Amino acid sequence: MSGLEGAPPSGNVLLSLIVWTPMIGAFLVLLLPREQVDGAKRAAFAFSLVTFFLSLALWAGFLPEYADFQYLEQKPWIPDWGIQYLIGVDGVSLFLVLLTTFLTPIVILFSFGDVQKHVKEYFFFMLMLETGMIGAFVALDLFLFYVFWELMLVPMYFIIGIWGGQRRVYASIKFLLYTLTASLLMLLAILYLVGAHVRAGAPTTFDVRLLYDVALTPIEQGWLFAAFALAFAVKVPMFPLHTWLPDAHVEAPTGGSVILAGVMLKLGTYGFLRFAMPLFPVATAAATPFMLGLAVVGIIYGAMVAMVQPDLKKLVAYSSVSHLGFVMLGLFSVNQMGVEGAIYQMLNHGLSTGALFLMVGMIYERRHTRQIAEFGGLWKPIPRWAAVFLIVTFSSVGLPGLNGFVGEFLILLGAFGQSRTATVLASSGLILGAVYMLWMFQRVVFGPVRHEENLKLEDLRPREIAVLAPVVAMIVVMGIYPAPFLRTMEPSVKALLARIAKHQPSPVAVEDHHAHAQPTKRGGGG
Amino acid sequence: MEVLTLPPINWFAVVPVGLVTLLGLVLLALGLYVDDDESLGWVALVGLVISAIATACLAAGEKATTFNGTFALDGYAIFFDVLFIVAGIVVVLMSMTYLEGTGIPAGDYYGLVSFAIVGMIVMASGTDLIVIFLGLEVMSISVYVLAGAWRTQRRSNEAAMKYFLLGAFATGFLLYGIALIYGATGSFRLDQIAAAVADTQNRTMLLTGVAMLIVAFGFKVAAVPFHMWTPDVYEGAPTTVTALMAVAVKAAGFAAFVRIFLHGLGGLHADWSVLLWVIAALTMTVGNVLALAQTSVKRMLAYSSIAHAGYILVALVASGAAGGIAALFYLLVYSFMTLGAFGVVAALGSVGDPNETLDDYAGLGFRRPLLGVTMTIFMLSLTGIPPLAGFAGKLYIFTAAIREGYYVLAVIGVLNSAISAAYYVRVLIAMYLTPGAEDPGRVARQPYLITSIVLSAVMTVIVGVFPAIWMQLARMGFLSL
Repeated sequence: MSGLEGAPPSGNVLLSLIVWTPMIGAFLVLLLPREQVDGAKRAAFAFSLVTFFLSLALWAGFLPEYADFQYLEQKPWIPDWGIQYLIGVDGVSLFLVLLTTFLTPIVILFSFGDVQKHVKEYFFFMLMLETGMIGAFVALDLFLFYVFWELMLVPMYFIIGIWGGQRRVYASIKFLLYTLTASLLMLLAILYLVGAHVRAGAPTTFDVRLLYDVALTPIEQGWLFAAFALAFAVKVPMFPLHTWLPDAHVEAPTGGSVILAGVMLKLGTYGFLRFAMPLFPVATAAATPFMLGLAVVGIIYGAMVAMVQPDLKKLVAYSSVSHLGFVMLGLFSVNQMGVEGAIYQMLNHGLSTGALFLMVGMIYERRHTRQIAEFGGLWKPIPRWAAVFLIVTFSSVGLPGLNGFVGEFLILLGAFGQSRTATVLASSGLILGAVYMLWMFQRVVFGPVRHEENLKLEDLRPREIAVLAPVVAMIVVMGIYPAPFLRTMEPSVKALLARIAKHQPSPVAVEDHHAHAQPTKRGGGG
Repeated sequence: MEVLTLPPINWFAVVPVGLVTLLGLVLLALGLYVDDDESLGWVALVGLVISAIATACLAAGEKATTFNGTFALDGYAIFFDVLFIVAGIVVVLMSMTYLEGTGIPAGDYYGLVSFAIVGMIVMASGTDLIVIFLGLEVMSISVYVLAGAWRTQRRSNEAAMKYFLLGAFATGFLLYGIALIYGATGSFRLDQIAAAVADTQNRTMLLTGVAMLIVAFGFKVAAVPFHMWTPDVYEGAPTTVTALMAVAVKAAGFAAFVRIFLHGLGGLHADWSVLLWVIAALTMTVGNVLALAQTSVKRMLAYSSIAHAGYILVALVASGAAGGIAALFYLLVYSFMTLGAFGVVAALGSVGDPNETLDDYAGLGFRRPLLGVTMTIFMLSLTGIPPLAGFAGKLYIFTAAIREGYYVLAVIGVLNSAISAAYYVRVLIAMYLTPGAEDPGRVARQPYLITSIVLSAVMTVIVGVFPAIWMQLARMGFLSL
């Protein structure tokens, strides 16, 4: 699988296999007879596991020193419009694909006990969702990207809508309309961008690698950036477009929440990094102060609202708003450390918030409530659960030695080079984060057992340990030894920054990275 | 006394019209003697399939014109002829189940469907305003009768009456428009009109005529503000007839609309595009916003069909080759998803109870999974979610609009798509998210109807995932003008 030195893996269909295996599994699950509930569960788990192993092979063959896309596959799809089936991974998307394939089997395994009705359909949608997410991370043709981007919406809509809580219909339609409206405007921007490319005398193409070079006036860039940014900002979600998120999270079934927070939100931040920022560098430069401002507001606002939530799931949901604010802060630092930190933090948030939702789901399954006031002293009846919960909480807070620390530290370092004010304010958000998470932990786990029902709670079952163990392991590994991850993403991040940073105002940081970026190979690939 | 000399007739050009006319006559005659509705349906089906194949085969030949250049069988006409006949096939399939127990005489019904298609074919082939008018009348009168075919249903009668009265009014506008254009250019023939519009003495007269044509065709394709009849008529007519109206009649209206405006009156684009811009924006917005308020799925689909006419009008405003091809392609896409959606409405209805409110759809997705899945495909495609056909269609239209610089109209269009998601999704909410009876109970067998629905769903997916060949058809059709 591993190519020769300097020659990235190409010419095989491994990446396509990773994208489509879940969908094949989805249709197989759908074909099973309705009574075969266990069969549907096992088949779904098997397919997601196969996808995960395939993605490990992808990582194994990936050349970390190479900046450009690897595993490129390029086939004409709609030749009239220059639309291609064009997929590939680089150091940025590789780990996001891995995050997706890692979390999906975990979620499916968790859902074995969680999902009671219409089991077959649930796993069908879950696997469809996986194909949509992986596809969106690896698509390099804007049309293909848009197809996958929208393809995700429908399964998630149904997952919230059918298996969700009391107000699921409201939450699911709010989720759908928010994201659909914003992404439709992005579609227009894509069409305009492709049109501008054609007007410049080039053949019609949706290949983002070629579209990076379209010459646009600053005003055009401004409008197009706004349209892209709107679509991605809703997904992230950035303050003030975040209002769909708490509803969706609270109403979604646990599995849906994990995927939504763990992976789907990252598609927003990934979209900024892959598309909005490098396609429109001038507009990015102009919008940087504004975006940094929104990121900081998101960090502090999310943390403060999380602090006063009486509902565990809502608290975690608002903490996502805060954490994703950090990611945006890192991205719009527009320097090596900030962006690498942001990508690292995307992975961290996927793990730690995913684990938090899983653990909240586990006690909800036992107690049928998520009110913090209903708990307290859980250390006694369910010590194993409490111990894991402690690790996950620390990871979310950013305790050194665990993964969250690495990402946040890099982001703050990066942000310092861009805006000191923003960095100082964001650091205060970090403190707030520790406050609300630890306070929550204290109220749930410490103290006397105030409610008798809690005394009879069952501790972690073997299946639940199997669900949590890999996540906790990754939390520790990524905290202690981040080097392989950071080294692998470095060349690709540099290459992307070279595109974006050309137009960034702060001279010192820019010159530095620009110089670094030049020798990086940017071969034609595939 | 002078001998009237008839111009020579190119028989190739009238093959589609001849075949379907013959079919209509046979069906009428058979209807007198044959009592078995199903057999009559099969006759109609076989006849239409033969006509479709024969027409498609003609595409290989040269462009044929006849009747003194007033009637053409070009790629454009063949594209639409096949579209009408295929829509007819789907409608006949639906009807073979739907007519059971309604008391609608099958021979007359299938005969009228055939004659309606004859009118549509003439509209698509006409290169002369009078011929187009003749086609329009043949089609309209057949459909007026079809709308009222379910005589024992009051709302069917009401629909026919309303459609007839307002339709007659629209016909008046069309005739006035034709007369004024004749006055200004001295011809009914589109090619001669195209040559004359540039240096006409009577611009006011010409533009008044053009405006009247817009009113008339706006009525036929249900564009705002000429849409008032649509919801009542669509709701009242038998569902299969509604499907025919929403798809084939609308497509026929656009076939003539596009030929006249993009071909004959293309030189006046600067004038009529302003008016059509406003109508397109209004049609999309009013159609979608009013659809939001509906509780009957059938009525909601009526408003949705208004909104979709608006999208196609965007293509007309964009004009040029891109706009024309986009319009043709969208009509193809729109036909299958709309036929399918009405098919599902028909499948749920029974003679005593139409079952068309959203409440009737509660739990449908689990009660009748096939109907649920196919309806989901149609609703998502109508919303424009990739990779379904509706997305490809909208993409083509908005690309054309952006290429011609109609940015505002494109933005209005996509925002309308977002609005439309709200009501299409309500059907999904009802089918999957609202608890309802999950036991199907005793469901009548509906083999033909289910076939038509599955056919439409398969086409909606195929055209969406592999749009290239279908786009090629639309391109060949439009560029042959």
